[in-house]
Amino acid sequence: MTETYRIALAGNPNTGKSTLFNALTGLKQHTGNWAGKTVSLAEGTLSHRGTVYRLIDLPGTYSIFSNSRDEEVARNYIVFEKPDVTLVVVDATSLERNLNLALQILEMTQNVIICINLMDEAEKRGISINERLLTRRLGVPVIKISARNKTGFPMLLDTIERLAEGKLVCEPARMTYDKDIETKIASLEPLVADLVEDRISSRWVALRLLDGDESLLDELKSRLKVKEGSA
Amino acid sequence: MDETNYITLFEGKNGDFIQITSMDIEGVMRRRLLDLGFVPGAVVEVVRKSPLGDPIAFRVSQTTIALRREESSKIQGELMNRD
Repeated sequence: MTETYRIALAGNPNTGKSTLFNALTGLKQHTGNWAGKTVSLAEGTLSHRGTVYRLIDLPGTYSIFSNSRDEEVARNYIVFEKPDVTLVVVDATSLERNLNLALQILEMTQNVIICINLMDEAEKRGISINERLLTRRLGVPVIKISARNKTGFPMLLDTIERLAEGKLVCEPARMTYDKDIETKIASLEPLVADLVEDRISSRWVALRLLDGDESLLDELKSRLKVKEGSA
Repeated sequence: MDETNYITLFEGKNGDFIQITSMDIEGVMRRRLLDLGFVPGAVVEVVRKSPLGDPIAFRVSQTTIALRREESSKIQGELMNRD
């Protein structure tokens, strides 16, 4: 029996995330992200060199600080369900906007691949992207693809494989905040670490608490309670 | 530099480019605006106003986003195109 890894797809709306999902899994998933559309997670499988990967298509969001149900679903999946790899799909023609979400995810979890999609469109517009420099600066693999034309897939799949199997270790660039905030993080982090142990990044939880993220606090309370109850 | 160069996004006219300097908004709405690209230093274009002047559509980091007066009147910036 081959091992199964879970790969979560995150990204802004309209970055071709679902196109990539469909291209990789062969599923015809309904795309669109309008109000009223049920927030549910599409799942599909893909096999690469004898290993089966389960792909989970998270809702497209600009942020992951749970201002909406979509963002909460995406955040909870990444933080609490802990996929083996989180693939952040970004739009090559609008990197500045898209990297906001990517940086937020880099603070939450370690095994991240930044997948720059719509490279065909970017090239048409004369945009060139130095993915090696981005990889160095961000500390995680950055891969250029076009989901529409299915280019860049071999590199993407190999990187997913190496990351899932632990042959590649990410060291996401850490955002340093101003002195006040860093001091507060330093005093909160050990207390948080006692509670969440190594299940969740204690630095990230400390930051969210400083930001007054009550939705995360509620989520933590209910999840920690369940854990205690079942122990 | 004239002081009148500083206006709120709400006071912008169609075609104006305004570089955001500060935002008097806190909490979840501030976070939301930051996520959408309304960050200090960003240049925002006033794309068009609704018939009644509210909401106003802005172009920010290659996307068009409409804000109500409630928010746009609390975002200050420097007018870059008018003299």
